[in-house]
Formats: sequence, C-alpha cells, structure tokens
Amino acid sequence: MIPLRQIAHARSGDKGDSANIAVFARDAAHYPWLREHLTAATVQTYFAPLNPGPVTRYEAPNLAALNFILPGVLAGGGSRSLRLDAQGKTLGMALLEMPVPDPETGSPEHTD
Amino acid sequence: MPRPLMIANASGFWGDQPDAAARLVAARPDLDYLTFDYLAEVSLSIMAAVRAKDPDAGYARDFIETLRSLVTFYQGGGKTRIVTNAGGLDPLACARAGRDVLAAAGLNRLRIAVVTGDNVLPLLRADHPAKCNPIGYTSSGPEGTNLDTGEPVDRVAARLVTANAYLGAAPIAAALRAGADIVITGRTADPSLTVGPCLAHFGWAEDAWDQIAGATVAGHLIECGTQVCGGFSTDWLELPDHHDIGCPIVEVAADGSCVVTKPAGTGGAVTVPTVKEQLLYEIGDPGNYLSPDVTVSFLKLAVTADGENRVRVAGATGRAPTDSYKVSATYRDGYKAHGLLTIYGHDAVKKARAAGEGLLRRLQARGCVFRETLVECLGTGDSVKGLGRRTKEADLIETILRVSVAADRKEPVERFTREIAPLVTCGPQGVTGYATGRPKVLPVFAYWPCLIPKARVAPQWQLLDSP
Repeated sequence: MIPLRQIAHARSGDKGDSANIAVFARDAAHYPWLREHLTAATVQTYFAPLNPGPVTRYEAPNLAALNFILPGVLAGGGSRSLRLDAQGKTLGMALLEMPVPDPETGSPEHTD
Repeated sequence: MPRPLMIANASGFWGDQPDAAARLVAARPDLDYLTFDYLAEVSLSIMAAVRAKDPDAGYARDFIETLRSLVTFYQGGGKTRIVTNAGGLDPLACARAGRDVLAAAGLNRLRIAVVTGDNVLPLLRADHPAKCNPIGYTSSGPEGTNLDTGEPVDRVAARLVTANAYLGAAPIAAALRAGADIVITGRTADPSLTVGPCLAHFGWAEDAWDQIAGATVAGHLIECGTQVCGGFSTDWLELPDHHDIGCPIVEVAADGSCVVTKPAGTGGAVTVPTVKEQLLYEIGDPGNYLSPDVTVSFLKLAVTADGENRVRVAGATGRAPTDSYKVSATYRDGYKAHGLLTIYGHDAVKKARAAGEGLLRRLQARGCVFRETLVECLGTGDSVKGLGRRTKEADLIETILRVSVAADRKEPVERFTREIAPLVTCGPQGVTGYATGRPKVLPVFAYWPCLIPKARVAPQWQLLDSP
C-alpha cells in the first residue's frame, strides 16, 4: 500500500459547516484508477470519525480531478465549531494519508 | 482586439500581508487593477461586534493603511485602479476615510466610488414573525431558509446580526465606466471584484456568458491571493522561496480566457497543479459554479503551462445566472472559549487528557452548564480526530492540551477561562506555556446562508464628492 499523496494532490476548504476536498491525479494516467477507487463511499468511511453527512462526489475529468463535498463535517463550521480546525484546512492533508494499493503494481490483494 | 487586462490581488482575506499592494505596484507599475478581498463568511459579524463599541469601525480599516502605502505610487503618476470589498458594513465611511488619505496627499484627482445595497438585514429580521412587515415580506416564507439545514429564518430572526447579499459585478462596472479610480463595496461575490473591471474594459454584451464565465474563473483564481501561487499547496515545501510568495496577476483576454502569473523575482510558483488546486478551492459542483453574474461550468476548462510561472486557463462556459442572490447572514449564538496548556514528560498525552477532562468535571460539579465541550491533544493528530494518526500516543513526550467550551450564557464560559491557570499547580508535573494569560470569552456569531430574490435587492453606486 502507498499513501494517496504519492499519486494525488489535493486542497480542502469550507463553506459554512461543509467542507470540500478536491483531489487531483498527479499523472493523468492515474485518473481512471482514482475515479474507480476513490469513491464517495470510500471517503465517507474514511472520514466517519468526523461524522459527515452523505458525501457527494463530482468528477472533473478535464482537470483529472474529483471533488468531494462533506456536509456537516466541521462540527458547526467557521465561528461556531469548537475544533482547532473549524474550517477544514487539514482535511485535504488527511485524505492524502489514506493508504491505497499502488495502481502500478495491481490490485490490493497482491500488495501490502 | 483590446489588449489583455492585467488584474492583481493584493489581499485574500482580512489580515493578509499589509505591504503586498505597495510591493506589487513597485514590481508591476503597469497593472490595470488591484483587487483586495477582505470578507470571509463571518467577517461582517466581527465588524458588527467591533462597530458596537466604535461606530467608525464598520469596515476594514487595514485598507486605509494600504491606501496610505500607495500614496507615493499615485503621486508618481501611478494609474492602477482599485476594486475592493473593504467597505464591509459601511462602505461610505470607508470611502470617506480613503478620501481623507488621498486629499492629505494632494491626490484629489483620484475619484472614489461606493457600491451599496447589499444589506438585507431589514428584509430578514422580523420582530413579529407571524406578521408581514411593511414591505410585504413574510418571514415564514421560503426566503431566508437556511441553505444547508432547510430551517426557516424565524428560528434566528431576532438574533440576526448581519445579513448581506453577495452583489455582482454590474455596479462596479458602472462606477468604473463613470470614471472611478477606486471602487469600494460591501459584500460582493469575490470573483465579481475582477469581473467588474472586465465588463467595463471589454464592453461585453450582457449575455456574453462564456466571456463573463471566463472572467469569473479568473477572479475566483486570484481571490485568495497567494494561494494560487503555491500558498497552501500540497507540495508547498518544494516551492522556490516560499518565504516570499508573490501575489497573483491574471491577464484576462477579450474572449474571457486568462493567464495566471506573478511578479518576476517573487517566490512560490504558478504551475498547473497550483492553479488546479485553487480552481476547485471551496467549490461545490464544478459544473454549476453559481455567481450573481453568471452560472459557470469548469468542465471544459483547459489548464495549460504557458511559460515559466505562467498558466493559461481557457474554455470556461457560462449561462444566465439564477434570479437569487446568496445571502451571508450571521446570528448571535452564545459564547465560547478555548484554553491552551503544554504538557511535557512521560505519558504526556494521558496526563493532558486527564487534566482536560478533570477540568471540565470540576466545572460541571460547580454548576457550570455547557452545551458543548471538547478536549484536544495537539500533536497526536487531533485536528482530524481518529484519522491519519502515525505515532502512538505513548511515544509523544509533549502535547498541547486544548480545552474548549460553549454555552448559551456567558457566565459558565467566563468561569472556564479562570480555571485554566490553576492546572499549573493542581495538574500534572511538566505543565507549561501558560504565560499568555487567561483565554478570552468569544461571542459566537453563527453562519446562516440563504437566498433572496434579486428583485428584492437594489444595488446602487455613487461617486463620492470631493472633500
């Protein structure tokens, strides 16, 4: 397994109590792999400790990008949230730590 | 074919680098426009709190200092025009303060315009929610409904502090066409600060949606200042000279496409990855980016390298905007405070958690009622609690304990702020970092995003008279 950041870069930000995380394939050749494996469900499960509402995923193939919306993930957002990171600044970095199978070497069953 | 319009951003938020504008015009005196964005979602509520104590503080006074820093440039014949939302809650007061600075410097030739009409608080605030107010607006109607939660505005109407519509580019463009050198607005959609100059310069038809969409993308790319030049980027550590990242410049062409760049000799980098990251920053559906000027699709954009620190962004497509303005409203929602202490030594994290939870227990035993509390141990990954942890807590020799409370009433929060320091003598050995004093009690201004029909809002602009 490799950390997602080896094949992707990202940026996160807030809108009220929601956050978005945009994820970009570093090499456009890996975009189809990202699209297949980094689903709304995967991201929902990964961020479950922060208790987001239903995660939506938008695709922007022209940017080799996926954009995830995590509603209610900021515990109140902006000025209301008690969290150190009330504005989702860390979420992109957090997602990039996700362990993923190396798309170059095959499926998760054959790696680790 | 008109030449491209060169528009820079010298402030991405209220509190950004104070000398950015002076340095930008020193490096690039040929810029057509400087834009300054001061207003995040809840900035206006902070202004409202400050203004309650000082009636002349309803705008971003930092901008007046910035204007002062540009006096020498203008005295030397500088022609760069300015568009900013520094006006906050009181654009007129901001403009008068700016006029005083210019007049004192003998710069009466510079004309200031003010855009108003964004304040919709009277429309949303209803003292008697069941009745219609004099303009015929019923607060129980769908207007004002929270975009995120679907709750009706009645719930918070009495506690609303600010409610401002994100106005569009049209009044800015009209003021510029009338000869304004400096346009000061209140709440305006961030990209519209860039779209306004483009409308005035290129004379696009009102329904030139693709061009307006392109200018909106350009404005969106520079609205957060240095963020498009490598600031906040994933690969920040690899950037050249990241101690001095340049401010962004967009060269907008007549077809609405643009090149993003930065002044020569500055740090950071404008690359395809930095531009792509900023393109989707704080965006929802990239096929439906809603601005008051146009609805934009990013899905046919081509982002390509165009030389060193130059990235071309072309292919924005637009369609008519919606018939509503987005409104950023804020309401009073109790009080909160955060306290910090550093704990060093073996079992630092265990001790920190025990001290934080013990503190809350002691307060609750003394009758303090909090609606919410939080104990975080910084250094363990608690910024995203439960995720991405790489070290065992037992391996950490040091942590920062951060304890937070919120309550509807001020008293329990105040009491909390007095109970942090006692942990120095009743907490674990190795507690330090308490020299910054008692934490502040902060009023909570919660965010209430909603829509209001454009027909109910009347954006206006005026040129300020000479002193």
